[in-house]
Amino acid sequence: MRSIPENKTLFQRRLWDRFMVGLLLLSTILVMVPLLIIIGYVIVNGISALNWEFFTEELGSPARAMQGRPTGLIHTILGTAVVDLIALIIAAPVGLGAGILLSEYPDHKLNPPLRIINDTLNGMPAILKGLLAFALIVKPMGTFSGLAGGFALAFVMIPIIARSTESALMNIPWSIREAGLAIGLPRWRVVLSTVMPAARTGLVTGFLIAFARAAGEAAPLMFTSFGNNYLPRHWTGMILGPVDTLPQRLYSLAISPYKEWHAMGWAAGIVLLVFVITLFITARFLTRVKKED
Amino acid sequence: MKKKEEQINNVLKKPVGIIYRWLGDRIFLSAAVILGLSIIFLSLSMAWVLYGEGSLSFGEFGFWGFLRGTTWDPGIQLIFGALPFIFGTIVTSVAALLIAFFPAMAIGIFIAEYAPRWLGNIIENLVHLIAAIPSVVIGIWGIFVFAPWMREKVYLPVFNWAAEHYPSLLPVLGNPMGYGMASAIIILALMIIPYTTALTRDAIRQVPKEQREAAWALGATRWEVIRMAVIPYARGGILAGAILSFGRAIGETMAVAMLIGNKNNFPFSIMGPAATMPSVIINEFREAVGSLHLSSLMAIGFVLFVISLIVNLLAAYITRKLSISGGQVA
Repeated sequence: MRSIPENKTLFQRRLWDRFMVGLLLLSTILVMVPLLIIIGYVIVNGISALNWEFFTEELGSPARAMQGRPTGLIHTILGTAVVDLIALIIAAPVGLGAGILLSEYPDHKLNPPLRIINDTLNGMPAILKGLLAFALIVKPMGTFSGLAGGFALAFVMIPIIARSTESALMNIPWSIREAGLAIGLPRWRVVLSTVMPAARTGLVTGFLIAFARAAGEAAPLMFTSFGNNYLPRHWTGMILGPVDTLPQRLYSLAISPYKEWHAMGWAAGIVLLVFVITLFITARFLTRVKKED
Repeated sequence: MKKKEEQINNVLKKPVGIIYRWLGDRIFLSAAVILGLSIIFLSLSMAWVLYGEGSLSFGEFGFWGFLRGTTWDPGIQLIFGALPFIFGTIVTSVAALLIAFFPAMAIGIFIAEYAPRWLGNIIENLVHLIAAIPSVVIGIWGIFVFAPWMREKVYLPVFNWAAEHYPSLLPVLGNPMGYGMASAIIILALMIIPYTTALTRDAIRQVPKEQREAAWALGATRWEVIRMAVIPYARGGILAGAILSFGRAIGETMAVAMLIGNKNNFPFSIMGPAATMPSVIINEFREAVGSLHLSSLMAIGFVLFVISLIVNLLAAYITRKLSISGGQVA
């Protein structure tokens, strides 16, 4: 057990105190500076590379960019929307159901293992979820597809939604459930009609966070939705064929040897960054509003 | 009163009432259980699928043989060994944690103990922002800004200095091209900070007031209060945070793949290119044609799964034992 040093004068001890404060402050600054530098670079380089064509044209071959013809990432932006929505549609019921089980049936035998496995799944590297989707969806289908990408991202979202649903429902006091049961509602109506509406904000926040986390993931998409330089001819191509997504396209652009594509990579970076951060800020804002209620 | 009871009983006996109540509850619970089971099934199938897909490679080289193999040659000899990547992952993650741990803990202490509320909130949000930035966005900055800068300002001067004074150090330092282990480690260290910081702060907030007051009453300075009363109490949370950070470092893929230079065989050097388990999967999976190559990449995925499982269970054990809610950084 540590004790107050007796061989030091009060002055020395106060000096040491000040020194440690300085050290703490220094480490904080040391971490904040690179963060702000990164954001600054992405904003400056990204904005200068953004233009109208970026949102209206498809990418095409590298030659297109090198000859100065208009190129953009419209197919990527649409693809991201499709893949992310597929993921949300798959993940939302699973995560909600598991969260309801964890919070509304606290004595259920399944809960202790489910909680540990869910946390473990949450900590698993996203790239493994991509490999799983590759083996489960891409291989049987015989082709890379937006659907497979959606499944891979759903595997990222599910544990986050389950956990946030659990804590959102747990925040609702038991007296609300008891009130529902006392007027003769069956348990399932109590959950659906009183607990879940009361926990609305918390549930939405969880969805937003899961969505934002998945939207920034590139690793699971590299070998599930794969990527595509062109818009598919028919909209079903977005679901059943290889499709482009922002994080994966950003990686491909960044490691490509073409200067023009590097600039587009920065532009993709700012779009992705703004999108993800907007989602996170909305989620934060919602929690804050809820706390003030 | 009696009439009312009868009425209620009548309602309950009505078949609609039974369906509505009894069956409704059954269906609702079963649905929740099935959805919960699907998460368990998903996790088990991950282990099963990765092992199954990697079994061709495990069969060819033997499980331990695959882990110990130092050659990765998908081109000519078709020999696959995972050791370089296991080594790369462990070294980058441990080094990143060593760099990140004290600053991350310091930020947590600073937020919880010293900073005024408004400043603490700002710093906290900024730290969460680090976790929110997509890994590819950090990667593109690393490729075009960080690595070239490190090459000009750090690696080349060090390399030239070593070449003049200690030529024997050169193979240890490696190629100063900028894309290599050192760059990957530094970026990784930045990326894993939020997890340790968040759990440190949570653990410190849980320290009971009496604990602090006792130390204050002894005449301790602020730092002595933290050192004597707060940190020992929050130890478990800080440790859990460090383990979670380590878990993130192991699985971090895109930024590392973009910065580490991707060299598949030993020897690795400090500044020179190397590879990690996730980075080799990302780099080669899309181009892998041979079934043995593909299977070996899946086998690496399985090894990554096992390591990550151990780390996560360890973190779960510690957090549960100390009943810290957390690990969610958002």
